[in-house]
Amino acid sequence: MRWLLLKDLRILRRSPLLVALLVIYPIAIALLIGFALSRGPDKPTIALVDEIPRAQRSFSVAGSTLNAGEYLPALLRSVNVVRAATRADAERLVRDGKVLGAVVLPPDITQRLATGTEQPTIEVLYNGADAVKQRYVDSVIRARMAEANVALSRRFQQATVGYLNLLLNGGTLNLLGRSVDILGLKNAHAIVAGALAALPPDSPLRTSLGQVADFGRLAIDNLGVSKDVLRSVGQPLVVRQTIVGGRRTPLDTFAAAVAVTVSLMFLTLLLAAGLLALEREEHAFSRLVRGLVSRVGLLVEKIGLAALCAFAVTLLMLLALGGFFIALDWGRLPQWLLALAFGAVAFAALGVALGALAREVRAASLLAFLLSLPIAFLALVPSGAVASGLYDVVRAVSAIFPFRATLQALDAGLDGGGGLAAALAHLAALAVAYTALARLAVGRRFA
Amino acid sequence: MPASVATQRATPAALAATGLTKRYGERVALREVSFAAAAGELVAVIGPNGAGKTTLLSILAGIQRPDAGEVTRPPRETGWVPQQPAVYSKLSVAENLRLFARLEKVADPEAVVARMLEQTALRERADDELGTLSGGNRQRVNIAIGLLAEPPVLLLDEPSASLDPRQRARLWEFVGAQAQRGTAVIFSTHDVQEAERYADRVLVLADGELLFAGTAAELAAAVGGGDAAGPRDFETAFVQFLRERGH
Repeated sequence: MRWLLLKDLRILRRSPLLVALLVIYPIAIALLIGFALSRGPDKPTIALVDEIPRAQRSFSVAGSTLNAGEYLPALLRSVNVVRAATRADAERLVRDGKVLGAVVLPPDITQRLATGTEQPTIEVLYNGADAVKQRYVDSVIRARMAEANVALSRRFQQATVGYLNLLLNGGTLNLLGRSVDILGLKNAHAIVAGALAALPPDSPLRTSLGQVADFGRLAIDNLGVSKDVLRSVGQPLVVRQTIVGGRRTPLDTFAAAVAVTVSLMFLTLLLAAGLLALEREEHAFSRLVRGLVSRVGLLVEKIGLAALCAFAVTLLMLLALGGFFIALDWGRLPQWLLALAFGAVAFAALGVALGALAREVRAASLLAFLLSLPIAFLALVPSGAVASGLYDVVRAVSAIFPFRATLQALDAGLDGGGGLAAALAHLAALAVAYTALARLAVGRRFA
Repeated sequence: MPASVATQRATPAALAATGLTKRYGERVALREVSFAAAAGELVAVIGPNGAGKTTLLSILAGIQRPDAGEVTRPPRETGWVPQQPAVYSKLSVAENLRLFARLEKVADPEAVVARMLEQTALRERADDELGTLSGGNRQRVNIAIGLLAEPPVLLLDEPSASLDPRQRARLWEFVGAQAQRGTAVIFSTHDVQEAERYADRVLVLADGELLFAGTAAELAAAVGGGDAAGPRDFETAFVQFLRERGH
């Protein structure tokens, strides 16, 4: 078997196109995934018409001074801004396709905000030429508007709480440049209680003052909880995330695991299928299996070589991704290696089965490509994306191919958590099953 | 002559087959074929398409198992030369020979490679990749690989197919030299004149049955009662022989 391995390595070395494919393909995939992860989506370009008069950029809400410019960065985050002088200019930019949309801040925005009761309206102009981008801009602007609303709401809330404190505890209120002393409910209640105690027991005022004192107590008690009520009104729903299944794999690490698994699948399938089919295409199979090497030995040699080559290439790919684009947990290196090795062997076993069934290198390569894309696609269908019955079918189909189990093993290997042992056992079972299938296919008629 | 009758020669058999039968489903590819080949003998297996020639040789080579019957010599002791050159086109002549010499576990692979390069007259092309060689030279390497372990029996499946006349002549010169060294050579061919010219004996197969085993002259004599009005050439005699037996 050693001599067969050396022979196959020599043949690979003399097949520059194949070797180039083996090396360039995963590098290209790694770079594409890496850049996609590190750069993120391009920012859409948005025109901004700021019609707020300079003198009205600052406005007062319940004694606090707010500045409109303070909220613009939040509104315009995630977009490139082109300033437009007027609404007409902005509309022209949108119509000409120079910007994807425009945001118009009306001149009365701060005046309306200052009333605390009127809602100003921000106008958004869209370019509908590209539905996908339009939807993206719409979602970005809506998200930013929500953030700006929350920020303003918080300021209004703070101001209101200040008023409530003043009403409750008393203090000084600045109103139109004048300071006004506010007695406060607690002080008023104390004065009334003092006056009530000083009255003779049969005074006719005692009943009336007693009612005022009771009201004061009730108001103090209820205004004491009003801050919590206001907080609830300002943010009625609080989200708490709990992951009940799977792992907390960051998206970039999972994307790297997908990229590595796709590369591992293509390389191993093509190599294993091609190496076995080549033996028949060169008419050497019959010569080899008549005593020089057993059929199982020949299959094991092809599986070993294909798995070894693909393992080495995809490990380099993973290391490159870890070096430049994602954070890898180096303490889990043995787990990655196990995941890659088991995945490579299972894919190689599937590859020799394809090579044995196809019998020719071109047919085997075509079959490997035709099979690879659907099994990768099926394995990536998330639960809930399709009807539950269909998802069960998808899961069953995915389970008979090594892609999903390899991805699970690699994901568990990279990020920790459970599931690694089960995925490795699954891959081992698939490797045995596909080797048995290949052995059947390289029966006496294969030669 | 009955189908299963074999011609026994005085010299000891290098290989003997007895009652070989092979079925593919309902179809019977070989029916109780028996024959023997002596050391140094050149035996040609001829017959129409689908007669069972390749099936017979692949059973003798150990590539297929017969449903019934047996072969005296195990596959490891026979040299096998398939119809298409079973060589690696990305490897050089020497690399191909060296690979199979190692797989055959010969005692001194380098010495055997050197000897085969000498015998095939391909020493000059030793480092050339097989893919760059002519069909004739590839076939010589193909045969040389079959002879690496110096087997007492050499099996060739239509070795001269796709070769031009000059290449054929060189091929038979090479094969004849092997026979003179004592190797029993059994080959199949479509070219009956080639069988007449180079074989010591011919086996005629048709529909899996062995119809004749003997010399070309004996086959010609068997046609038309051996009178003077019989066929003038071996090919005509062969066709007439098949026709007389309903094939």
